[in-house]
Amino acid sequence: MSIHEIMFFLFAGMIILFSILTVTSRRILRAATYLLFVLISTSGIYFMLNYQFLAAVQLTLYAGGIVVIIIFSILLTSHINHRFEKIELKKSIFTIIAVAAGAILSISTILSYNFNTKVLVTENPDMQLIGTSLLSYGKNGYVLPFEVISILLLAAMFGSIVIAKKEKSK
Amino acid sequence: MKFNIYDLSSFTSSINQTLMENCSPFWAVTIEMVLVGIAILSFYAIVGLYLVYAERKVCAFMQCRVGPNRVGPYGFFQTIADLIKLLMKELIPIKNADKFLFNLAPFIVIIASFMALAAIPFAKGLHAIDFNIGIFYVMAVTSIGVIGILLAGWSSNNKYSLIGAMRSGAQIVSYELSVGLSLVTIVILSGSLQLSTIVEAQRDGWFLFTGHIPALIAFLVFLVAATAETNRGPFDLAEAESELTAGFHTEYSGIKFAFFFLAEYMNMFIVASIAATMFLGGWMPLHVGGWEAFNNIMDFVPPFFWYIGKTAVVIFIMMWFKWTFPRLRIDQLLTLEWKYLLPINLVNIIIMSFVVLMGWHF
Repeated sequence: MSIHEIMFFLFAGMIILFSILTVTSRRILRAATYLLFVLISTSGIYFMLNYQFLAAVQLTLYAGGIVVIIIFSILLTSHINHRFEKIELKKSIFTIIAVAAGAILSISTILSYNFNTKVLVTENPDMQLIGTSLLSYGKNGYVLPFEVISILLLAAMFGSIVIAKKEKSK
Repeated sequence: MKFNIYDLSSFTSSINQTLMENCSPFWAVTIEMVLVGIAILSFYAIVGLYLVYAERKVCAFMQCRVGPNRVGPYGFFQTIADLIKLLMKELIPIKNADKFLFNLAPFIVIIASFMALAAIPFAKGLHAIDFNIGIFYVMAVTSIGVIGILLAGWSSNNKYSLIGAMRSGAQIVSYELSVGLSLVTIVILSGSLQLSTIVEAQRDGWFLFTGHIPALIAFLVFLVAATAETNRGPFDLAEAESELTAGFHTEYSGIKFAFFFLAEYMNMFIVASIAATMFLGGWMPLHVGGWEAFNNIMDFVPPFFWYIGKTAVVIFIMMWFKWTFPRLRIDQLLTLEWKYLLPINLVNIIIMSFVVLMGWHF
């Protein structure tokens, strides 16, 4: 086995293990921590693919941003001794069957699809290429989605400020 | 093995060559990773210990005291004695705590700062990993550290810890913006995110001087925001000892407490070395365009000492902040970030873009 294969299996194993732990854990903050590990392992796979930009984005946005917000809201709302209810045996059996069926369906679809793989090693796209294609309006330009997303985020921010704002006492 | 203190790349590449000749690529890479890991780990421990010593000496100096002076000459081995004491202390288990998260939290904090250290250029050729996105990677990795603080505060099952963790969360999330934006100002000037390119671009003058007014503003904003992001005074609300005993690490003892302590000092070292790399030229000697003789004299000092010297200056300024300013209230803290630093930063980015477009920099 090459070093890349070992690393791939390591990251893949971590993702699978912590994903399962995320949904089965009965303590909410532990579930959030396992989710953090899943996201960090995913960024590890991006690093392995030599796509460092996406890996760093994954770390800042998901691990450093979204998980922090999730943990922060848990801190404000939940008590340490709180546990989710134990799931009944009947429910868990049906869940396992449904999950297994879904997994078999998607895995068999992926395996039967003929991917046009090339042995060519993809070059790491450098920052200048990403920056110019984000803001170019020619072919392969992403300026429209970029601006639409900006307006959407701005609207969401205004909305949250309006909701959170206290009314002045009269 | 060639060893040239002015250019360590020949030294590192000769190690690489010897390993590649003597064993398979797999083992060569593994041995290299272990070597780099050990080097960074020992550097981490030594720098951490001596930063604690430096802090106590600077604090004493500011307060007209002598500071530690019993263990060794000038108290030089004081922190080593402290470390041995911490190692032998009992680890007190907390009865109603979430044990798994309680034990995990110090490691998240320390791993985050450890990963950032890998991408920092210490000297010419002494650079563990030179990412294309260097400075962005450092920002990304250091942003994980706050999760450790939040987990520590919650899993201790203690009101003081929880309040400390929430203050620290709000503080770090807001000040990260200012740190990022002030670095973006310099990235506009340098046109690259790669740390080695950024250092190389400062051969004829540090960005603090070539970028003049906007770079100076960015440097000041970075210093304030970085001090806040590392939870240091006057922004140390998360561990305000007069109100919260010790904040998020109240319940920790022995070596687990030492991990938080060490990570705090290393975070200070990391932001100081980012400031040194982005604004003060990293390991580049001080060069003035046209002064041949002066530049040659400056080249005599090895790059590693330039790097350490610049970092030490920034660290001294941050310690100076801590021991001369009173602690801010949480609302003052957030006002400072959202009403002052962030707008200044955004305007500053526009000024910098204008300066770069018009070619008004040196």
